[in-house]
Amino acid sequence: MTATASATPAAPLGTAGPAASLARHRTTLLLTGAAVLLVLGSVLVGHGAWPASLTVDLDGPLGDVSDWIIDNRDTHPLFLYFFGHLSNAVVLSVRGVYLVLLAAGWAGVTAAAGLIAWRVAGLRLAVTAVVAFLVCAVLGMWVPTMQTLALMVIAVLASVGLGAVLGLAAGLSDRVFRVLRPVLDTMQVMPAFAYLLPVVLVFGIGVPAAVLATVVYAAPPMARLTALGLRDADAGVMEAAASLGATGRQRLFTARLPLARRELLLGLNQTIMMALSMAVIASVIGAGGLGDRVYQALASVDVGAALAAGIPIVLLAVVLDRVTAAAGHRLGAAPRPGSARLGWAVAAAGTVVAAVVARTVASTGWPDGWTADITRPVNTAVGWMTDHLYSGVPVVGGTADWAGRFTTWVLDPVRDALQWLPWWAVLLLIAVLALLIGTWRTMLTAVLAMAAIGVLDVWDPALDTLSQVLAGVAVTLVAGFAVGIAASRSSRVEALLRPVLDVFQTMPQFVYLIPVVALFGVGRAPAVAAAVIYALPAVVRITTQGMNGVDPVTMESSRSLGATGFQQLLKVQLPLARPALLLAVNQGVVLVLAVVVIGGLVGGGSLGYSAVFGLAQGDLATGLVAGAAIVLLGLMLDRVTQPTRRRSGKGA
Amino acid sequence: MARTRTPVVALASAAALVAVAGCGAADMTRQASPFANARGAKTVTLSVQSWVGAQANVAVAEYLLEHELGYRVDTVQIDEVPAWDALSQGRVDAILEDWGHPDQEARYVRDKKTIRSGGELGVTGHIGWFVPTYFAKQHPDVTDWRNLDTYADSFRTAESGGKGQLLDGSPSYVTNDKALVKNLGLDYQVVFSGSEAAQITQIKQFAKEKKPFLTYWYKPQWLFEQVPMTEVKLPAYKEGCDAEPEKVACAYPHTPLKKYLNARFAGAGGRAATFLKNFSWGTEDQNKVALMIADQKMSPQDAAKEWVDANEKKWRAWIPE
Repeated sequence: MTATASATPAAPLGTAGPAASLARHRTTLLLTGAAVLLVLGSVLVGHGAWPASLTVDLDGPLGDVSDWIIDNRDTHPLFLYFFGHLSNAVVLSVRGVYLVLLAAGWAGVTAAAGLIAWRVAGLRLAVTAVVAFLVCAVLGMWVPTMQTLALMVIAVLASVGLGAVLGLAAGLSDRVFRVLRPVLDTMQVMPAFAYLLPVVLVFGIGVPAAVLATVVYAAPPMARLTALGLRDADAGVMEAAASLGATGRQRLFTARLPLARRELLLGLNQTIMMALSMAVIASVIGAGGLGDRVYQALASVDVGAALAAGIPIVLLAVVLDRVTAAAGHRLGAAPRPGSARLGWAVAAAGTVVAAVVARTVASTGWPDGWTADITRPVNTAVGWMTDHLYSGVPVVGGTADWAGRFTTWVLDPVRDALQWLPWWAVLLLIAVLALLIGTWRTMLTAVLAMAAIGVLDVWDPALDTLSQVLAGVAVTLVAGFAVGIAASRSSRVEALLRPVLDVFQTMPQFVYLIPVVALFGVGRAPAVAAAVIYALPAVVRITTQGMNGVDPVTMESSRSLGATGFQQLLKVQLPLARPALLLAVNQGVVLVLAVVVIGGLVGGGSLGYSAVFGLAQGDLATGLVAGAAIVLLGLMLDRVTQPTRRRSGKGA
Repeated sequence: MARTRTPVVALASAAALVAVAGCGAADMTRQASPFANARGAKTVTLSVQSWVGAQANVAVAEYLLEHELGYRVDTVQIDEVPAWDALSQGRVDAILEDWGHPDQEARYVRDKKTIRSGGELGVTGHIGWFVPTYFAKQHPDVTDWRNLDTYADSFRTAESGGKGQLLDGSPSYVTNDKALVKNLGLDYQVVFSGSEAAQITQIKQFAKEKKPFLTYWYKPQWLFEQVPMTEVKLPAYKEGCDAEPEKVACAYPHTPLKKYLNARFAGAGGRAATFLKNFSWGTEDQNKVALMIADQKMSPQDAAKEWVDANEKKWRAWIPE
């Protein structure tokens, strides 16, 4: 944040005079203004947390809404004729897919996965896909995997449909684009946890609620990328198409959509990945499947069983990610319609043959004797770790001692300082930070979001959560930048890191929680630790990409000028990679918040706990207010750290 | 051409929407899980709560339903209060262990009649405040709430901010602890561990180092077999003393745990429903299975099998003719 003057978009050269000099002295002006306001505020407004007179109590009205819904759900036409059918449609379609998957049996599904991967991505990924599905079966997770897959298929189809429609509208109409863009941007930074409560309110716990939460969570990337792809269409090509007399519809289908297919596939890829991560979190509201197994295992501190269900999730993620990404790359090559049709025919035939053969030889279920139990060895390993690392390790101290120190020396002071600050000073601080990094518009959103948290009367818990986020982000950035720079300087480190990052980025957030409890005990420290582990891969990856993206010519010329490696890093690479580093900060903040909130399950307290409490006690007033505050906090943090130009997509 | 077709498409989709929506009312009390009754199997969906005792009930019921009665059993993990809602909507067929939810009972059993009582589980539950027995032996007077303040220092942690720590568990559990601490004027801070898993891990860590701690806990619970704990006496429970959540200043009651069935399932659920109504076992049995699951890390199926093999006389009585 020190080099701010150069980062703010420079005023256009033509407008010399007061405007230009204003832009040049922006940082100074800002800081002076803030200092003046600080003095004025302390004299005029006084000290203290958010004033009670400015709050709105929503407990009563929200409680009434919740009661009304429960009392009228079986009789009111809104439910009988709309939500009820929606819910039944979801149940029916998930069930349909599930029955097809069960009927195909393990052999059929595995063969289909392998053959599809072969068709769209080549032989290597086909082998990966087959192995992945077999491992799911060997771990004894075949049925939960199929349940998750069935839910995913429906959720992804719905998300893609919804996203494509919204994206088409936004891509073709400027007005729709202007309205949708900020909404989609915001939806993409919201923690998954905040989506769960509203759907539960309407649909109750169960698969329909889980599917709808997943759709709402996963559709935005599809919509965003469709719109962007359509809007970026080459003007020359469009002009040519128009001059050839193509109608609007013809132009759309023969020029615009084909030109945007790369973005469309990227959107599909992101939608699938987000749907998977949500399908796991949605186990809290009754999604069933693999996520539910993880959730149940965590209830009895069974890291081994949680891992047995977590591995299939990771494998599904890796296969889906690689296959859709490879499909995107392949699209560049010229299509060969004849051979493609033949290939698909072979694939379909192969699936049917595999399913039928397996069915006649044995049953469709995975044979009981072929499963391997990894629960015991994993738990032994975890037990050994806790026995030997938890406490009383000579010199360095045990992990529990670290957690205690981290809480006492970092988390407590940050939280106390934030809560000690007068409310208007917090708002002022946010405004200054947002202006330094972003624009007036981001500043306004950030300040309004924070003020809304005060109005909702969750000021103190929100600051508690904020302190955890800040501490987590600090650790993430220090570690992430260090590793990222190391990876960018050595291709061997990068090659070593890549598979690790891939796996870590697709692991369900749940699985991180229990090992951190085993290592750090209960409280805010483990919540922050889980958040750091979760956010680290994205930060490392963006940092590495940013550093590698620095123009080699510039690097070469700096070297020829006699710069040492360290000087080069400090004076050339880091300043040039600044946009990427800011993006890493932004992503780090968003991802840390997402997990700190889930940390309410391991003693993180504050907003996350209130959200869990709301779900668990059916006390939707508490939960919804906490959920809204989480959304607002995420919005604030995102806007404050938002560089002027955004890259598309979550993570790297 | 495009222009003439747009309204046509709009009209058609509107008509389709009306057709779908207007074809009749959806039955909101028949919201079965999409994974139920797959391929002709008769399925029972049971709600599993997050604590291991409840998992033990479900594991044994599941084993017997599958091996003796030929059903397929789906289990869903749902917290206590939302489980009532799911039971009412038919998303689950039965809850096997309920710790007393008078509001929900009034709403669903008495008013809406979508849930029916399934009788008692045979286990009596009790919530309380506990200290480890090794600490209570050294300091016998800690077991009276009036002396707790003198020990506040011993129970202090990084999370409790200068006060003694009262470790609480999952947000879904029945608790009056915040009100209790306030109304009894204790120098303690309630620290919510957020989930039972987290709380158990924490208690085990304390016990390993023989550190003192004060925790919200409940009986029957398998952890007592590993970490012996002694209850701290709170002001005695009297009928109705916990009526107003804000003003509670008395101990928790002893609750006979109950089973509840979805009303439709209770009527038309056949042998499965009868079996679940008959299902009733003792604290000791439940603990045995729970301990196998949570401590020996056996899979619930294996633990259930072991209990079933050893206790045929008990479960034979539950199987309907």
